[in-house]
Amino acid sequence: MPEAEHISVAIVGSGGAGALTAGNFLLEAASLAGWHGLLTRTVGPQIRGGEAAALLRLANRPVECLADRLDLLVGIDWQNVDRFGAEIEVGPQSLVITDPASGDLPAFVCRAEARSAEVPIKEMAKAISEGRPNMIALGVAAGLLALSEDALSAVIEKRLAEKGDKAIDASKAALKAGMIAAAKLDLGLRLPPPKTRAAQRWLVSGNEMTGLGALRGGVRFAAAYPITPASEVLEWLAPNLAKLGGALFQAEDELAAINMAIGASFGGTPALTATSGPGLSLMTEAIGLATATEIPVVIIDVMRAGPSTGIPTKSEQADLNIAVYGLHGDAPHLVLAPQSISDCLFTTQWATYLAEVLQSPAVVLSDQFIGQAAAAIDRPADVAFIGRRATAVPQVGVYKRYAVSAGGVSPMAIPGMPGGQYTADGLTHNERGTPTSNENDHRLQLDKRRRKLEEFSYGDHWATVEGEGELAVVTWGSLTGAVREAVDALRASGRAVRLIAPRLLLPAQPERLKAALEGVNRVLIVEQTHGGQFYRYLRAHYDIPAKVRLLNRPGPLPIRPSEIVRLAMQWSA
Amino acid sequence: MSAAETRTIYKQSDYKSDIKPIWCPGCGDYHVLLSFTRAFAQLGLRPEETVVVSGIGCSSRIPAYTSCYGFHGVHGRSLAIATGLKVSRPDLTVIVASGDGDGYSIGGNHFIQACRRNIDMTYVVMDNRVYGMTKGQPSPTTEPDFDTALSPGGTGLSPFHPLVIALASGANFVARAFSGEPNETANILVEAIKHPGFSFIEVLSPCVTFRPDEREWKNKVHPAPVAATNDPAKAARRIMTDDGFNIGILYRGERRPYQIKAAAKAIDIGELEKDFAL
Repeated sequence: MPEAEHISVAIVGSGGAGALTAGNFLLEAASLAGWHGLLTRTVGPQIRGGEAAALLRLANRPVECLADRLDLLVGIDWQNVDRFGAEIEVGPQSLVITDPASGDLPAFVCRAEARSAEVPIKEMAKAISEGRPNMIALGVAAGLLALSEDALSAVIEKRLAEKGDKAIDASKAALKAGMIAAAKLDLGLRLPPPKTRAAQRWLVSGNEMTGLGALRGGVRFAAAYPITPASEVLEWLAPNLAKLGGALFQAEDELAAINMAIGASFGGTPALTATSGPGLSLMTEAIGLATATEIPVVIIDVMRAGPSTGIPTKSEQADLNIAVYGLHGDAPHLVLAPQSISDCLFTTQWATYLAEVLQSPAVVLSDQFIGQAAAAIDRPADVAFIGRRATAVPQVGVYKRYAVSAGGVSPMAIPGMPGGQYTADGLTHNERGTPTSNENDHRLQLDKRRRKLEEFSYGDHWATVEGEGELAVVTWGSLTGAVREAVDALRASGRAVRLIAPRLLLPAQPERLKAALEGVNRVLIVEQTHGGQFYRYLRAHYDIPAKVRLLNRPGPLPIRPSEIVRLAMQWSA
Repeated sequence: MSAAETRTIYKQSDYKSDIKPIWCPGCGDYHVLLSFTRAFAQLGLRPEETVVVSGIGCSSRIPAYTSCYGFHGVHGRSLAIATGLKVSRPDLTVIVASGDGDGYSIGGNHFIQACRRNIDMTYVVMDNRVYGMTKGQPSPTTEPDFDTALSPGGTGLSPFHPLVIALASGANFVARAFSGEPNETANILVEAIKHPGFSFIEVLSPCVTFRPDEREWKNKVHPAPVAATNDPAKAARRIMTDDGFNIGILYRGERRPYQIKAAAKAIDIGELEKDFAL
C-alpha cells in the first residue's frame, strides 16, 4: 500500500450523533501514538444540535491547515450534511463509508465520484448494549488508519471515566466491532508511524493557547462577555486566572467588558478582554480611550464571518479593517495576528508584553479556524516576554503622568502611590494630564503616542519570512499554514518562493518589509476576505516594487494549498 | 471604604486640586465638589488610595478637581471602569460621579447591573434634569413638557425614578441630597462611603444656565420626614409617592455585598501546562 505524508478524515453526522466526539477521540489516540494532527469542526447554524463534521488531518510533521484532498469520509448518517458539503473536499480518491440504513449518498459525494463502501453502522451499534454509532464510526476510521486498539481504548477510558464502566465497555465493544469491519476494507493508503517525537507534546486549541499566552505575558484580570467563537478563551481563563491569584469578571456587555479591563489596568493589573467582530465594534470607543490615557489593555478578537451577526461559527479575516482603522481620531495602537494554533501562545504573550511596555491597547486578531481547532503539537518553546510597564516612583515636585519623553513612554503612577495622583482623561490633556484644547499640547501628545509605537524595535518577531526567490506569497494570520504548505510544494517542484506573513500589523514596519522583499518582482497576496482588506492594507502602508496579484475569498471555505500552488505556477509559466 | 488606617490628618483643602472648574457660575456642581472634599476630610481618606471615576458631562469633570486619583472616561461607562478597578484593587476607596444623561441614559444598563452586583463603591449622580454640556437637551429625568430645540414642545415622556430602579436592582444604600446643602450632602456621602456594598446618591444639582427654573429647588427641598428604612419595598413606596424633594438617607440595606475573592495562593504558571500534556 502506498505511503502518504498525511491522511485526512471526515466524520459527519446529525446533531447528537457524536461525530465531533469521535473526531476528538481519533485525534487524541493518534497524538498519543506520536502523530501530529489538526482537528477542525464544521457545524450547521444551530448552536446545539444540527449536523456536524469533524475534519481531521494527521501527519508526521506539524499540521497547520486543512489538506487539499480528503482520504476518508465516514457518514454516521447523512441528514442535512449538504449544508456544508462544500467544506468537505471529497474527490475520486476518497473512500466514503456509508450506512445502508442512511439511504442515498448526499449529492456532494455523488458528484465527487468517490469510492464507497457500506458498513451497517447503526445496526452494529444496536447489537451492542448501549452501543453508539459514533463509536462504530470511530472504530472503522481507526482500523483504516491502522491505529492501535489499545491507544483508542485508553482514550475512551480517560474521556468517558465520568460516565461509568458500562458506557466505557459499550464504547470499547463498538470500537472493536468497527475495527473488525474496517479490516475488510481498503483505504489504499497508509500513514507510516512517526520516526521521532518531541519530548513534550500538547493537545490544545488555539483559544486555549491564546489564554495561556496572555497569562504568561502577565495578564491577571479578564473582563468577559460571551460570544462565539471567543468564549473558550474566557472559559479557559476563568479557572486558570484564579489559580494564579487573578480574576475573571463577567460584564453586562462588551462596552462594559473593555471598560472594566481598562479600569483594572489603570489600577495596575495587566488586563484583557476577548470577543469577536460584533463585540469589537462595541469596544472601539474605549480602545481609543486606552490609547489617549495610555493604559495597557489586550483585546482578543477571534474573528468570524461578518458583517453584522454574519456566520458566528465560521472563520474569516475580515476584521482587519476595523482592528486597524476602527478608532476615531488619530489613535495609534498595536494590532497583531497569530499564525497557527501554537503561535496563539507566542503572539498573545508578545502582545501582552508590548501592551504593557508601550502602555497601549493591543488587538490580537485570531480567528475561528485556529481558535476552535484542536491540534497535537510539540510543546512551544518558552519565550522571555513578560509584560512590565514602567511605573512611577514617589518624587519631589509635580508628577507629570504624560511627560513628553524621548521614547514616548512615561512612567505610570498606580493608585496607592503617594504623590502620583493624576486623572486619566480621554480629553486632550497636557503632560500633567490636565484637560486642554491647546494646539501645542494636542500635537505633542499625539506625537508622543505615535512615537512610542513607531520607534520601538520589534525585532524579527514582526513577521515570518521564509525562503528566497523572485515570487513572494504574502499572507497573514491563520492562512500562514496553508501558504507555507503551498510554498513547500512549490519548492519541491523546483521553484524558489518566499513566504512573508506579518505578525505585527500595526504599527506597520515598512523598512522591514522592504528588506524582506529585496529581489522580489512578483507578490501574490493571499487572504480570507471578500473585499481584499489585507491587499488594501499593504497598499496603504507599504511600497511594493513588484507586480501584485490577489487570491482572496470570504469565509467559510478555507483557501487550500493547491489553489495557491496553482496560481503561483500559472504566474511562473 | 477600604479599611486603611489613617495616620495623617487631612484638611478639606488637601483634597482640592489646583485645576479651575469649567462649570458655569452658580452651577450646583461646585457645591457637590465642596461636599466631596468635606466628606473625604471627615473620613480622613488618603488621596492616593481614593479614586474618583466619571464618564462624560458637566458633572463628570469632577475627578480632576480633586487631588485623588481620577478617571474621566468615555460617556456612560464610569461604573464599568470603577468595577474593573475595585474588583482588582479592593484596597482602594472608589467614588463614581455621573449625571442624569451619562448615568441614566447612555449608562443605564451599567447602573442596573452595578446595583445588582452590589460592589463596595459609592455612586453619585448629579441630577439637573438636562444635558448641560451639549446645551440643553432632555434626559431621562426631564419633565415631559420641557421645551428644547431637540424636543420642541417637550418629549411627552414621563421621567423615571432612578432611586426606585436602584432599590429594585439591589443597591444597598439609597439617598437623595441637594447640592445647595453641602454640609448635609457631605454627611450623606460619609455614610454612603462607610456603608458596605453599592451606595447610590441622587444629588439634585441645579443647572442655572439651561434650567434657571431649578434655582427654585432651594425653596422646595425639605428633610425626609421619616428615618431611613432597611425595607426596600417600603423605601420604594415612599420614593414613588413623595414630591421628589425629600432629602436624606432613604434606605440602608443589609444586602450582602459582592464578595471580592481574596487572591488565592498562586500556583506556578508552569502548572497550567499539565492540562495540555499528552
